[in-house]
This record gives sequence, C-alpha cells and structure tokens, in this order.
Amino acid sequence: MLRLRNVKKSFAEPGGGRLPVLDVEEFQVGAAEHVVLLGRSGCGKTTLLHVIAGISTPDSGSIEVDGRDLVRLDEAERDRFRAETIGYVFQSFNLLAGFNALENVLLGMAFGQGRRDVARARLLLDRVGLTHRQRHKPAQLSVGEQQRVAVARALANRPRLLLADEPTASVDGRNQQQIIDLIRETCEEEEVALLLVTHAREIADRFDRTVYLENLNKVAALT
Amino acid sequence: MSLIAIAWRSLTQRALASALTGFSMALGIALVVAVLVTYHVIADAFQRSAGIGYDVIVGAKGGKLQLVLNTVYHLSTPVENIPYSVLHDLTEGRYKPYVTRAIPYCLGDNYEGHRVVATIPALFNDTQYTPGRKYAFRAGRNFETEGYFEGVLGALAAAQTGLKVGDTFRPTHGVNDDEQGHEHDAFKVVGILEPTGTANDRAIFINIEGFYLLENHAKPVEAANPTGPGAAPDPHAEPGKAPSASDKAHDHPGAEAHHPEEDHDHDHDHDHDHAHEPLPENQRELTAILVRTSSPAASIQLPNLINEGTAAQAVLPVREIRGLFDAIVSPIQAVLLVLTGLIVVVSGVGILVSIYNSMSERRREIAVMRALGARRSTVRTIVLLESLLLSLTGGLAGWILGRTLIAALSPAIAARTGVLIGFPPLLPAELALVPALIVLSALAGYLPAMTAYRTDVAKALASAP
Repeated sequence: MLRLRNVKKSFAEPGGGRLPVLDVEEFQVGAAEHVVLLGRSGCGKTTLLHVIAGISTPDSGSIEVDGRDLVRLDEAERDRFRAETIGYVFQSFNLLAGFNALENVLLGMAFGQGRRDVARARLLLDRVGLTHRQRHKPAQLSVGEQQRVAVARALANRPRLLLADEPTASVDGRNQQQIIDLIRETCEEEEVALLLVTHAREIADRFDRTVYLENLNKVAALT
Repeated sequence: MSLIAIAWRSLTQRALASALTGFSMALGIALVVAVLVTYHVIADAFQRSAGIGYDVIVGAKGGKLQLVLNTVYHLSTPVENIPYSVLHDLTEGRYKPYVTRAIPYCLGDNYEGHRVVATIPALFNDTQYTPGRKYAFRAGRNFETEGYFEGVLGALAAAQTGLKVGDTFRPTHGVNDDEQGHEHDAFKVVGILEPTGTANDRAIFINIEGFYLLENHAKPVEAANPTGPGAAPDPHAEPGKAPSASDKAHDHPGAEAHHPEEDHDHDHDHDHDHAHEPLPENQRELTAILVRTSSPAASIQLPNLINEGTAAQAVLPVREIRGLFDAIVSPIQAVLLVLTGLIVVVSGVGILVSIYNSMSERRREIAVMRALGARRSTVRTIVLLESLLLSLTGGLAGWILGRTLIAALSPAIAARTGVLIGFPPLLPAELALVPALIVLSALAGYLPAMTAYRTDVAKALASAP
C-alpha cells in the first residue's frame, strides 16, 4: 500500500543553507495494515505525513501509494490522488467552523471524483456515534466529538490509506482510548491501511506494529 | 457538496460583513437601475408623443424646440400665432398633396394649471397616441364639432381637477395657473380620456370653435386679413410682430359681438350652441397645426416648402426631440451612469476588501481544504465564487430595490408629469448589468483568490489554529 524509498526532505534556512528533516531509506505499510509511528516532538512526524500525503514534496526519493509514485505526479494530479486515496486526520481536528458535522463530512467528498453521498456521510457519523449531532457545528461539539467528525471526514471518500497525525493530542486520557479504538475499528471495517503517528507510548502499545521514527529517520537519529 | 455551496457557506459564516458588502452593491445597482429605467421611460414617453398621429408641426417662426415642447408636451409657452390661412393651404391649398390630415391647435388658456388645448374632434377620432392604439374614453364621449362649448379631459387632468362628465369649467386666460388671467365662459365636460402615458393626460381639450368665441380670442378686425382664407401670409405672423391669440386687446368688437351679455360672474348655459355663430375665419389665428404627411418623402418636402415662406415654420418633432436628447438628456444620463457606475465600482472594491481581509483568518481553512484534496485552482474558484455570489445577490437585491423605488414613485411622477412609469419591461441595459457584475466580481475576487491559490498548505496547517 505504502512504500517510501530514499526519501529526503530539507527546509531552507534563513542563512541560505538547508536544514535536513527527513532521511528515510525504506518504509512500507501493507494493505489494510495498522502501523503506529512513535517519535518525540520535533523529529519530523508531521513532515513525514505531509510528504506521504503529497502536501509537500520530498527533495528526492520515491513515495508509492497504492502503486503510484506521488513524486512523479504533478501537483494537480497529487491533489486529486490525495482526495481519492488518502484520508487525513489532523492533530487539531481542523473542522471548518461554518459547517455542521454532516457538512464537514460532505466536504471530504467535495474534492474527489465521487459524487456527494449524503447517505454515506450519515452512516459514517452513525459509526462514530454522532447520529444525533449531525446538524451541530464544531463549536457546539465537545473536543472528543470534534475528533470523531474529523475521523468520519477522513474516511468519507473511501480512502485506501488513512494518515492520523497525533489524533489524540488534544483530548483527555479517557477519550484518547476511545478515539484510537474508533479509528482502528473504522479502518478495519473499511479495510483501510492506517499510519498513525504519536508520541504517546501507551497508544503504541495497542498496535501490532510500532515503528520508532528515530530508527526510521536518519536525521532524527542524529538529533 | 458543491463549490457554490462551500462559497455560500463561507459567506454566511461572515454574515454581517457579507450582508453589509452586498448591501453596498445593492445600493449602487439600485441607482444604476433607477437611472436606466427613468431615462428609458422618459425617452419612450417623449418619442411616443412626438411621432404618433402626425409627423410635422407647423407653427410660428421662432424656436423649433419650443414649438414642439409647447405643442406636444404642453411645456413652455406658445411662441406666436400663425394665420388661419396656413390651415387652408394645408387642407385645400398648395400643400394639400403632401398632407393626409391637419389638426389645428389654439393655446393660451389653462384650467387650474392644466393646459387648455383648443382643437377639433379629429384629434381623438382619427389619430393614435401609440402605434395601433387610438384614444379611448374612460367616461363620456368626444366633443362634437357642433358642440362649441364642449370639452374632454386627459386622465390625469380629470383626476387632479375632480371634474366629471357633465360638470362645467371655466378656462382662465394664460397657459399657466400663476398668470391670474380672467375667467372665460364655461365649457361642459363631455368625456374623460383613458390614460395614454403621454403629455395629453395632463391637458384639457376644448372645441376650437368655442375657443374662438371666448372673449379676446378673436383677432382684431383692423388686424385681420381682409382677403380671407387662403390668402397670402399675414404680415403680423412675422417673428416678433404677430399678436398672440391669447394676448388680443380686450376691446375687440368682433369678439364682443358674440358675447354681448358676457359676465364672468354668472354661469353661461351653452346647451344652446346653435345660438352661436362661428367666428369668421379672417378673425381666426392658430397656435400650431399637427400635420400627418401623405408619405415619408412629403415629411421632408413639406417642411422645406413651408420654411421657405415667412408665415410659418414646419418642424419634425421626432427630429427635434432626438436633438434634445442627444444634446442634453443623453449626456446627463451618461454623467449619472458614470457616477452610479463609480458607486458600483466602489462596492466592488468593498467586496475585494471584505474577502481579502478574511483571507488571513481563512488560511488554515483553505489549507484544510487543500489537504482534503482541493486543488489550487479549486480554492481559487471558491473565492471567486464568493465574490460572484456577493456581486450577483447584491445586484439582484439592487435591481429589485431600484425597480421597487421607481414603482413606488411612479404615482407621484405620473401626478406631476403625466408620464406613467409603472413596471416597464426588462431593458437590455439592465440585462447587460449581469455580465458587467460578473466581470466586476472577477476583478474584485482576483486578488484574494490568488492569495488562496498561493497558500502554502504545510505552513498554514502548522500555524496555530
């Protein structure tokens, strides 16, 4: 499902040099496999997810998702591919404040080729336990409920790969477990591969496969 | 979820700012629509009055436009008079081959400020006030040739004077109410016209034979043309020399002869019109003659022939009115359109500022949409759609506002001018506002749309929510 080879990424520094942040030789996630990527803050977790999602491009290397090398696609093709193949759950939910829960999920369908499927959006909200909160706007939802909407939105387009960036960082301990369970269960039901990054070891313990970013990213190992 | 729905939701999220921006656009468009519709209605009313039922106006030498304005639109004051012989020349004499119909007008009196037009029944029997539409009577009938002291009222004149069929009224000397002239004999209202949307709605029409029999309306005998109808032009018709029918000396014996018992303080029963003798033609003058020419060529030839003489001039009312519009009204309209157009442009700048100001707080929102798969061009389109929706909804509201304003003011305008505005059909210029608004919205939305287009997704997502 996902294969990274020799992926390097650096950022321009004010002084004119380049600051390397990623150097991943080889990394794979199988179809419908659930993998947790564990790493401390600042070791490139979010950058790695951005590169995998095609939000930013690597300096070199290849990123194959579902058999397609994102590096070879132009930006518009990457955007479309992301809309149809990759789901993304943000650390801070990033629900659109002016849209209610149902509309936020429908927004996830707006940019792919698939048609607006209200029934699926409702089904996803049912699955995450928000049957009666569909018309509520984010400000009217609890933090845990907001993250549930974000999960439903990420799955709206039936992605093959779900990327979750510290999805429990903003919720309390009790809700953390519920959110993780929800993500894993939903991905299992939808047969979606899951790559979840976190710095919380207790979350990693619930996954069959845990990858330490310090082992994966040579830059992180050096710092 | 469609892109329009997303754009609309973004606007409703900033409801107050969006409403205020849209309202400013609505005001601008309302003013543009008001100018366009008002100009169209006035131009239409003038053109309609100018060219129907007659195509040439014959009157005294002098200002051409003034002749048209006071004959057709009952504005301004009559120039001078022309000899009655000119009418004979048109109907029986040398100009006859060029003429299908000639309708004489005598002006000089008013009733409560409404212009009193002395004419013949053919004005309402034989002419149309708009193509295919003849004059019709809301009540009563047309005055008859034999009914010397009969009159009919334009719809607005009837409404404003309160006169009904069967009532009598006494015209006052002078074309305006403020001239404080003496009152004439009473005329009987025999009919009230349906509204025509022309200046005739404001006027009162009386039998020209009765007009001639009123005090001071006969030309003094010593000034009259002794050779009678069809004779050479009256030397008094020369510019600046001809006495006005309405300004004749009060001691004229000819006129007195027809009203030896004249007393302005008593009602005079004119049911016995048979008792009156028509005024001899050598004592008659006319203010103007409405002429229907026999062919398009005749409408060019006849004025040339008449204008070669000294007795009268002939003008083409359509040409004069077109000249008036080209010289004065159209430039004024252009200035008003430029001013109101500037208001619309300022409203467009308001849209730009409103959306652009929102972009900084929406960077993260745009980044989220990009992360969900929206292309750069998609978020640019969403922002442009916001601008378009603001412009078009504001424009639609402005169109409704402008039209409502015009319709609301229509009765007051009709009461003052006789021009019925009502709810005119959609004008091509109004339809042209749609593409103009689309272009304006594209220009206004371009800068914020490009800001959205250039949003760095990774940076925006990394910024604090």
